[in-house]
Amino acid sequence: MVENRPLSTLIAHAILWMGIAIVVFPVYLTFVASTHEPAEIVNGTMGFLPGGLPLQNYVDALFTGTKQIKSTPVLQMMGNSLVMALVIAIGKIAISIISAYAVVFFRFPFRMFFFWTIFVTLMLPVEVRIYPTYKIVSDLGMLNTYAGLTIPLIASATATLLFRQFFLTIPDELVEAAKIDGAGPMKFFRDVVLPLSRTNMAALFVILFIYGWNQYLWPLLVTTDASMDTIVYGIRRMIVTSDAQTDWHIVMATTMLAMLPPVFVVFAMQKLFVKGLVETEK
Amino acid sequence: MRKVIFKGTALPLLLIAPQIAVTMIFFYWPALQAVWQSFLIQDAFGTTTQFVWFENYQYLFKDPSYYNSMAVTAVFSTAVAVLSLGLALLLAVMADKQIKGAGTYKVLLMWPYAVAPAVAGVLWLFMFQPSLGVLAQVLRNLGLDWNPLLDGTHAMVLVVLAASWKQISYNFLFFLAGLQSIPKSLIEAAAIDGAGPRRRFWTVVFPLLSPTAFFLLVVNIVYVFFDTFGIVDAVTHGGPAKATETMVYKVFQDGRLGGDLGGSAAQSVILMAIVIGLTAIQFKYIERRVHY
Repeated sequence: MVENRPLSTLIAHAILWMGIAIVVFPVYLTFVASTHEPAEIVNGTMGFLPGGLPLQNYVDALFTGTKQIKSTPVLQMMGNSLVMALVIAIGKIAISIISAYAVVFFRFPFRMFFFWTIFVTLMLPVEVRIYPTYKIVSDLGMLNTYAGLTIPLIASATATLLFRQFFLTIPDELVEAAKIDGAGPMKFFRDVVLPLSRTNMAALFVILFIYGWNQYLWPLLVTTDASMDTIVYGIRRMIVTSDAQTDWHIVMATTMLAMLPPVFVVFAMQKLFVKGLVETEK
Repeated sequence: MRKVIFKGTALPLLLIAPQIAVTMIFFYWPALQAVWQSFLIQDAFGTTTQFVWFENYQYLFKDPSYYNSMAVTAVFSTAVAVLSLGLALLLAVMADKQIKGAGTYKVLLMWPYAVAPAVAGVLWLFMFQPSLGVLAQVLRNLGLDWNPLLDGTHAMVLVVLAASWKQISYNFLFFLAGLQSIPKSLIEAAAIDGAGPRRRFWTVVFPLLSPTAFFLLVVNIVYVFFDTFGIVDAVTHGGPAKATETMVYKVFQDGRLGGDLGGSAAQSVILMAIVIGLTAIQFKYIERRVHY
């Protein structure tokens, strides 16, 4: 620090705690609601302290779901979300790492054309081609399937660029040495490139897992069968505008459960998370 | 460009094939379809289609509800950018002071990134739900007739709060990284020359942080354009009376159940143009950052 000013340090602490309070409060309140009786929430007598039902709403949510508007049990929705998040994260990493490997370590016809073909998709989020993409998925008979939920989201320019960038830093001597030892391209990929990419893959996995888990528009389009609901989209189906019909106690427990896996990943893998976040934006 | 490479043509083509296949089928083909559809009008039963050149676009630019969605998107992005960038910058500047527990603060501020936009929407909807929300009651006690289900401004405030809340952590992390990359010697030099903390911030730190701020501005605009779909759909459904209907939400609404596919496609094409523009701006910035 340039100069020592106790007062300014104190203010800094105060402002940071205020920021944390803003960030935590909505989640705290949701947690509080998830431990109360439905009547206490609806009457507005809930207050700011946890209620007397530490687990009941969670058990009901996980195994039954909401009752007034019948929903899929949350455990099943979480299963769908987990499949979706894992397939998207692993699939994206797998197809990007091999395509980046091809672009960097080989010369073949139309190499740059293919590279640019992938690169341009950075500019085409699902949101700008909603219905045509939906129609293709439907024509291929992939509505209400895990394949339909995941494969269209698996192409990733970001991950390909990231791996390409990283592969360009692998020294030529390493490739030379491998070739002298008689290693072919696949052996080099397996024994050298993959181990070297471990940190990059892990950082990317953290970001892509969150991305996959949090998808909303895509599940909304390609799943009409409630048993295929993901948790993030499923919550939305539990809430009705005429609020007397919304089982808020279950909705709040479900909301907590929907946040749990991605937030846990951030806390458990802080360093990788920050690395992944910074690198995917380059 | 690498000097040492492997020989072969079939293998690399095989390796790149899955990525190209997915990209062609789910990116290029639908994008072309969107462009093609934007020149067509379908009758209500979907039996006949007619090629109409730019009629869908002309119709769109005569439609007041399209201008409404543009205005909503503009207000929404501006409010989110100001609110979340401002607060994130304040927090990052405080966390950058070498105070005790800076690492803990960082961790406690960064996790909302992992919360889905739709879920963030539900958190805020619950607090401000007119009949049972805890904060809605506080507002009512203060004499404000709070009702985001009926009042368009209230609904907008609600989606802005939810969207900003989620975006603070992202902006905070990038601002903090930006601040930490500023050489401490520059700040010390300014201090020796007699500049106080405030003056140092505005004349030394802030100008050096401006590339980060500009980058974040673009990211925040893209975020409001596309990622807030979940917030809008979960909290307001674009209502009341289209007061929170963003451009992306309108694309979704208009093409719903095969409604106005041509008009929806025309809007998609316009959005594509906007994304391409924003991406181009961002790349220009990144080029500049490399020179820094």
